[in-house]
Amino acid sequence: MALERSDVEKIAHLARLGLNDGELPRITDALNSILGLVDQMQAVDTDGIEPLAHPLEASQRLRPDQVTESNQREAYQAIAPSTESGLYLVPKVIE
Amino acid sequence: MHELTLAEIARGLADKSFSSEELTGALLARVKQIDPQINSFISVTEALALGQARAADARRAAGETGALLGAPIAHKDLFCTLGVRTSCGSKMLDNFKAPYDATVVAKLAEAGMVTLGKTNMDEFAMGSANESSHYGAVKNPWNLEHVPGGSSGGSAAAVAARLLPATTGTDTGGSIRQPAALTNLTGLKPTYGRVSRWGMIAYASSLDQGGPLARTAEDCALLLQGMAGFDAKDSTSIDEPVPDYSAGLNGSLQGLRIGLPKEYFGAGLDPRIAELVQASVKELEKLGAVVKEISLPNMQHAIPAYYVIAPAEASSNLSRFDGVRFGYRCEEPKDLTDLYKRSRGEGFGAEVQRRIMVGTYALSAGYYDAYYVKAQQIRRLIKNDFMAAFNDVDLILGPTTPNPAWKLGAKSSDPVAAYLEDVYTITANLAGLPGLSMPAGFVDGLPVGVQLLAPYFQEGRLLNVAHRYQQVTDWHTRAPNGF
Repeated sequence: MALERSDVEKIAHLARLGLNDGELPRITDALNSILGLVDQMQAVDTDGIEPLAHPLEASQRLRPDQVTESNQREAYQAIAPSTESGLYLVPKVIE
Repeated sequence: MHELTLAEIARGLADKSFSSEELTGALLARVKQIDPQINSFISVTEALALGQARAADARRAAGETGALLGAPIAHKDLFCTLGVRTSCGSKMLDNFKAPYDATVVAKLAEAGMVTLGKTNMDEFAMGSANESSHYGAVKNPWNLEHVPGGSSGGSAAAVAARLLPATTGTDTGGSIRQPAALTNLTGLKPTYGRVSRWGMIAYASSLDQGGPLARTAEDCALLLQGMAGFDAKDSTSIDEPVPDYSAGLNGSLQGLRIGLPKEYFGAGLDPRIAELVQASVKELEKLGAVVKEISLPNMQHAIPAYYVIAPAEASSNLSRFDGVRFGYRCEEPKDLTDLYKRSRGEGFGAEVQRRIMVGTYALSAGYYDAYYVKAQQIRRLIKNDFMAAFNDVDLILGPTTPNPAWKLGAKSSDPVAAYLEDVYTITANLAGLPGLSMPAGFVDGLPVGVQLLAPYFQEGRLLNVAHRYQQVTDWHTRAPNGF
């Protein structure tokens, strides 16, 4: 099933990617080409095969619930696009 | 001085033939002089390097020893480096000065290595040609009209051009081994979990692994020794002892069982590469290895599965680039959604956007089972193939790539054509296995690599076999004309 332009617009919205209208035909073609490659998977018989998420099948390691990091807000906010009084600034969300 | 390997530098520093400061100064001058031809560095960290060199000389004067103490390194520009731009090859992070060191960067600095700079790469490590970098394409020192491979293309080109003896890279689907093959280097992707991913900007977290690129297996052993080990900060780091890789280099290959997967020698492989691979097998047989044909029947399914798993993980990992906390922010956003969309639309390049969208689609409601779960099932089939093969053989050998380096731009209009070049390397990432590429000859003046794959945590075996091979061949010593 090939993606239509409207599908690509929906995916781009889900991914919060602002695309130019002029790029959409080219992107739609490229995604369809990639999904054509990916669809070769459907010919593989995987009945009863358990999915593999971690190559060594390790599970998440747990650690004691202790504070190990110090506060580095100033260092981290020094590289932010816009901050004020220790807060990250974004455009107004609530009118 | 630029001809020296890491091992030779270690001896020269130990016997005081030169100081780290002298060596560092000479290499920095060479980087400035030569790199404009190949574009392998994104940032040169001259002040940092000279400070580290003087500190290493002082440590050595105080009686400290160590193979890496005072030796040069450059890091792929996705290893966070404190106070230094860490761009990931992207406009998105052009203004990002990392607020901390990646574990790999910190470990190598503690061992006394001198950071000359940060190397060019495909944007967010997505690519096989190093053409998707915001900082421009990297050129292959063996032929400046050809790509160096990717995504660690800058790391490979810098070493191939004799700017420095070794660099770090990362390998998600072949991004260390493939550029090593295309530039006549030895490159090692360790077992998943062997080297800490902490501070390595994530592409596909279940596949990414850092490792060394150098001219010799001996140098890769020295560098891996400094990089490997358990790290509590990386939740997927594996707590396994790290063997002495240099001590194992000279082990006998008598009776070593090498498997040649028949699927690696089928359609699509340049027959001239097939011949060189067979010649390398003959050399290993002379050293005592025993060769048999094996089968990895699910290999052909690896690329389709990879192009679901990697983009799916990327779409999740790259959601952090939102224009709020760090990185690029668009001009005058009109609301929060516009801020997100335009920052990401303007900050990410075309290939990164494509992979984010493929991943977003594969994970979206209604498609998750057909794509993501199916790909993970195929991932297990591929792992099972390897587990069965390693019952019969100690090592698997084949070509690293189906073709030598292609011309700049030749595959940039068709992403799928470039994806297919990773056919032999992707399986090791899906299975989490260690793999190494080593120089094995030339086709039309362009280097050819042979890939070795081993069971989990057998990096030492890969280095041993490559080192013994390099004792009886001289492909790895060849330098490109003009460098």
